[in-house]
Amino acid sequence: MHTALLLDMIADAAPDRLALGRRSEGLTFAETRRRAHHAAAWLEQLGGTNVAFVGLNGPALPVAVFAAGMLARPFAPLNYRLPDADLRKLLARTAPSTAVVDDDMVPRLGQVDDVTIVSRSAFEAACKVHGDCDAQFLDVDHDIAVLLFTSGTTGEPKAAILRHRNLTSYVISTVEFLGSEEGEAALVSVPPYHIAGISAVLTGVYSGRRIVHLDAFTPEGWVQAAADEGITHAMVVPTMLGRILDVLEKTGESLPEMRAISYGGGRMPLPVIERALALLPHVDFANAYGLTETSSTISILGPDDHRMAIYADDDAGKRRLGSVGKPLPSLEVEIRDPDGNVVGPNQPGEIYVRGEQVSGEYAGKKVIDDEGWFATNDGGFIDEEGYLFVEGRLDDVIVRGGENMSPGEIEDVLREHPGVADVAVLGVPDDQWGETVAAAIVPQGAAPSTDELAQWVKARLRSTKVPEVWAFRDALPYNDTGKLLRRQLKAEMARDRASA
Amino acid sequence: MELKPGSRWRSAVCEAEFVVVRPAKTPVSLECGGRPMIPHAEARDPAASPSADHAAGSAAGKRYTDADTGLEVLCSKAGAGSLSVDGRAIGAQEAKKLPSSD
Repeated sequence: MHTALLLDMIADAAPDRLALGRRSEGLTFAETRRRAHHAAAWLEQLGGTNVAFVGLNGPALPVAVFAAGMLARPFAPLNYRLPDADLRKLLARTAPSTAVVDDDMVPRLGQVDDVTIVSRSAFEAACKVHGDCDAQFLDVDHDIAVLLFTSGTTGEPKAAILRHRNLTSYVISTVEFLGSEEGEAALVSVPPYHIAGISAVLTGVYSGRRIVHLDAFTPEGWVQAAADEGITHAMVVPTMLGRILDVLEKTGESLPEMRAISYGGGRMPLPVIERALALLPHVDFANAYGLTETSSTISILGPDDHRMAIYADDDAGKRRLGSVGKPLPSLEVEIRDPDGNVVGPNQPGEIYVRGEQVSGEYAGKKVIDDEGWFATNDGGFIDEEGYLFVEGRLDDVIVRGGENMSPGEIEDVLREHPGVADVAVLGVPDDQWGETVAAAIVPQGAAPSTDELAQWVKARLRSTKVPEVWAFRDALPYNDTGKLLRRQLKAEMARDRASA
Repeated sequence: MELKPGSRWRSAVCEAEFVVVRPAKTPVSLECGGRPMIPHAEARDPAASPSADHAAGSAAGKRYTDADTGLEVLCSKAGAGSLSVDGRAIGAQEAKKLPSSD
């Protein structure tokens, strides 16, 4: 089935409910559908086989997503934070296309062959035409809905393909149609070119929940918007949550209307989520794990799991706060060893996933196997009760003298040291061991000594896991969706070590 | 009737509309309100109404499955008629509510 049908259903069932934007100027579901229809008719005349989108979040995004869907043209939101030359290169890869571009970003793009660039203001004007649009569009199923250029912390971004059936399968198997109560509102602060930015549009619409977009994230702006707009639901990445909590502590704002905050997109430091649970006891927290190639979430640690983990008096129970919960009932997850054998509980390996929402497909390349399994390239394990733990990208595993070590485990231990504000652990080349453990530390106040930190790790983990290379820095490099640029950091630390 | 995944159908006797999510393993007749459904693009006879033994209603957003043939449909618009496959009534899937994650 087709993504535009999701909008159609809700616009029939709850036409007068607010769908998009702030309360003072929001669009209803019926108006959203009407605008998407006009937008589709307008884009159809402009030609191209794809619809590119270069711009900030806002009501134009869902309208453009559904309009492209109605036309059966793949929708390709691009990362406007890239340098101009890289952005132009990505845009060229969408040709032949029509690109909807924020007015102030148009000059950055110049001319790109076979790409018709239209400004966002022109697009919005075309959507607002009065009256009904009687254009009829294709009823398609197996066409490409979205092309997402993966963040690619190094190298050329890959174009992940998500088909209508992947996305709609995700939506209808995880969200109850019109399951939101009147008045619920979700604050979306992830950018349009991130899978969570797309899935938020689809699940928000299908559940009948108003979407309020924050076009650029600042913790103050987020808290202000949440309070002003009576936000009940939000999704954040871990780095955002820590900064939001700082603002709440400073201002005393308690967000009484907030009901649920989900987080994902990276490893959540335990101290941050513990602080969140203490500061916002009325909020349900959920940890969601997913990938672009899986149409967003594949596993969730729910609110009850969070509360139980906090009050657990056994290690297995406490440890669960660091898990991503249980896989969705609509798909299957397995852990396999390097030979491809499925391993038992608590045995580490690579996470494999299978289900209709899993595309596992890039432009020109399908990477799911004959049985439908997608290798995530994430390492992890499943405990005896079925909770999934993600240990990070397999490429990031440190191999020291034949021993595999997950950076996350060592990072978690270091992060609990009072003198550590942020930390990254990675492997750097070593003549004796192949790789050795290195730690980059952002100190909290006066920097602790490396001896003290080494003792701290040794007392809690095996001595082989104690970092041998240390660096103190003012900050760690993150991309704009909160992902640590591990490979960049690794290259810098390897270089520093070689020249030391 | 060819019940392809993604194809849209409407009840011949009420307001209900459906989308096929998963096809049946063998050809079947899908009925609503006791009468075979019609393609979405066709108009229904406004005077028709569900038969009394197929009038339990269909709810928008619910998924209905036929365990015998694997057919699964999603109700995209509610109506007074209820579903049957080759005359056998089929029921709604009980969806487990998941926490919101987007």
